[in-house]
Amino acid sequence: MALFSGLSEKLNHIFSKITKRGKLTELEIKQAMREVRIALLEADVNIAVAKDFINKVSEKAVGQEILKSLSPAQQVVKIVNEELTALMGSTNSKLNVSSNPPTVIMMCGLQGAGKTTLCGKLALHLKKQGKKPLLVACDVYRPAAIGQLKIVGEKAGVEVFEKGQGNPVKIAESGIEHAKKFGFDTVIVDTAGRLHIDEALMQELENITKTIRVDEILLTVDSMTGQDAVNVAKTFNERLEVTGVVLTKLDGDTRGGACLSIKAVTGKPIKFSSIGEKLTDLEPFYPDRMASRILGMGDVLSLIEKAQQAVTEEQAIKLEKKFKENSFTLEDYIEQFAMLKKMGGAKGLLEMLPGMGMSSKLKISDADIDEKKIERTKAIILSMTQKERREPSILNYSRKMRIAKGSGTTIQEVNQLLKQFEQTKQMMKMMKGKRGFRLPF
Amino acid sequence: MGFFSKLFSALKKTKDGLAEKLRGLFSRDKIGEDFYDDLLDILISSDISVSTADEIVENLRDRMISERVKDKNYVLSELKEELKACLDMADDFELETPAVIMVIGVNGVGKTTSIGKLARYLTDNKKSVTIAAADTFRAAASDQLEIWADRAKVRIVKSSEGSDPSAVVFDAISSVKAKGTDVLIIDTAGRLHTKSNLMEELKKMSRVVEREYPNANFYKFIALDATTGQNALSQVEVFDEAVGIDGIILTKLDGTAKGGFVISLCNELQVPVAFVGTGEKLDDIELFDKDSFIEGILGE
Repeated sequence: MALFSGLSEKLNHIFSKITKRGKLTELEIKQAMREVRIALLEADVNIAVAKDFINKVSEKAVGQEILKSLSPAQQVVKIVNEELTALMGSTNSKLNVSSNPPTVIMMCGLQGAGKTTLCGKLALHLKKQGKKPLLVACDVYRPAAIGQLKIVGEKAGVEVFEKGQGNPVKIAESGIEHAKKFGFDTVIVDTAGRLHIDEALMQELENITKTIRVDEILLTVDSMTGQDAVNVAKTFNERLEVTGVVLTKLDGDTRGGACLSIKAVTGKPIKFSSIGEKLTDLEPFYPDRMASRILGMGDVLSLIEKAQQAVTEEQAIKLEKKFKENSFTLEDYIEQFAMLKKMGGAKGLLEMLPGMGMSSKLKISDADIDEKKIERTKAIILSMTQKERREPSILNYSRKMRIAKGSGTTIQEVNQLLKQFEQTKQMMKMMKGKRGFRLPF
Repeated sequence: MGFFSKLFSALKKTKDGLAEKLRGLFSRDKIGEDFYDDLLDILISSDISVSTADEIVENLRDRMISERVKDKNYVLSELKEELKACLDMADDFELETPAVIMVIGVNGVGKTTSIGKLARYLTDNKKSVTIAAADTFRAAASDQLEIWADRAKVRIVKSSEGSDPSAVVFDAISSVKAKGTDVLIIDTAGRLHTKSNLMEELKKMSRVVEREYPNANFYKFIALDATTGQNALSQVEVFDEAVGIDGIILTKLDGTAKGGFVISLCNELQVPVAFVGTGEKLDDIELFDKDSFIEGILGE
């Protein structure tokens, strides 16, 4: 979930210098923009795109009168934010739906971008929306690719249509026929990864789009891609008239500058972002939120949305009260884990909060949110008596030994958990001290 | 096809783009401030990091100014020397048997494909090879590896999907020890370096190799996709911290991406590049050679 945190830290740093100086001169803008440029380049934004961006922002920043209600730094942030949002597109795009079903979605991209995994995620996503998707296996080249799609399809509970290592164009065609015959309303065509300069394989994709009516051509791009993202996206778009882009592997620590570049050269919307290895790890792409995130203003909207899905209002009120009264117990702690899991883990949660990207004190290492560790933590708490859960202070050596044995853990792990519990309580107090979630400038 | 011709054809696309820009740059009348700024941009657009590119251009400019150089061809040959200096120890790699090679990396960089090609390369060099299918996570990964093992005609040790990868490693080691195999190559599941639990799993596999096969030379290779940008540095840093990295396999160099981050990597982190992947065929793998890498990138 560490999206763009490096870039946002850098921009925050740059603008905090300006804030301190109070006034904004042309020279200062130039200096700030030089650093913005480096930050963008280090984030893998294409050099031409970065230049263009810097020019636009500088022009706007220098010429503009500073609004009374804003500080000079806020003014610059506002302009940078607006430009970033504009560059990434300003709305969240939905998938095209054909009025004459089945709707056909074709994946394309380089090798290893994550097409097959994405097929499974998209199929599950559509299934959850009440659609009846069919997966069609047209990657006839990579060894075991069909097998992989079949397993992914099985996990998503979606049928996979395959004809072995045949001609991909023919397979796609018969896949559509199969869908029509058996009432599937959406067809997802998985294709082999290919280099954009591989003439024969690019021709093959063109042939598929000429033979069957394709409503959506999704270019799948690894978010870790470097400067070359521009060439890849440009070529695929020129050859195939791509309708949308999906960014994968955004759960790493890449700054994902490639997405700015791709948007700039193709003009096509980024429709989804893929954020993990589980089939449910697929999110819509919200350019406006992403821009805020780049600037370290926190992805408040995403957070609220996730929280709403995971926690009922009633639960939230109860929890807040407990924090206020400092009556948060291990029983609540275990409930918290379940919620956190639904909300994408403690780390992801904290990074979505404004200002948290900057605060090193609150950095939670991944080790604290390992799934297995969460399971063990649950086992430890469940091995306690009700009284122990409410008053951990009564835990002496023999009680701890019993708990360790009961949960199949060690006494060290029990101690560690108790320490973490105390830290969590402390952290919650600190967050309260931050006067809610104030914007960082 | 020999090594040079193949690396050359793979780098041709890389070279064409960059060389074209360079030609444009060197066809100008004067070497002014713009010249070095543009040179910097060219290096950055090959995915060399901003800091390394800065360093290279600064060094070059300072030297050229103090030496009062006006000959552009001389500047170009000096640029090559600067790049070479960054790759000082890049081809510093030798394999000694008995060996265990564990191939690690993030998802989708081409680990499994590289292993197939590596197995073929080693058997061509008269080494006996066994492959361990320790990617028990990704759907059909071991089936994919088995097809590559068939193609390379080497033995494979595998287990069912979802089983403990360290157990696969353990079984494979017992097997190669009993058979006296020269090289064991371990395929691992792709993992983002930010997932600490998966990095722990990797450490465990590494410990199993060290404990069960102490007299083998244990090499940990990270597979890096040439299309990657600056994140490659982060990947190498974190994997290196977890298990130690002995070499890089640079994959997908047959595309248009320049793989310039290798220059930053060698310059900043001192990791050698062991192999280069140049295509999807079984023999599309070569030892890294810094001279031809630079010649290829700059075009000559």
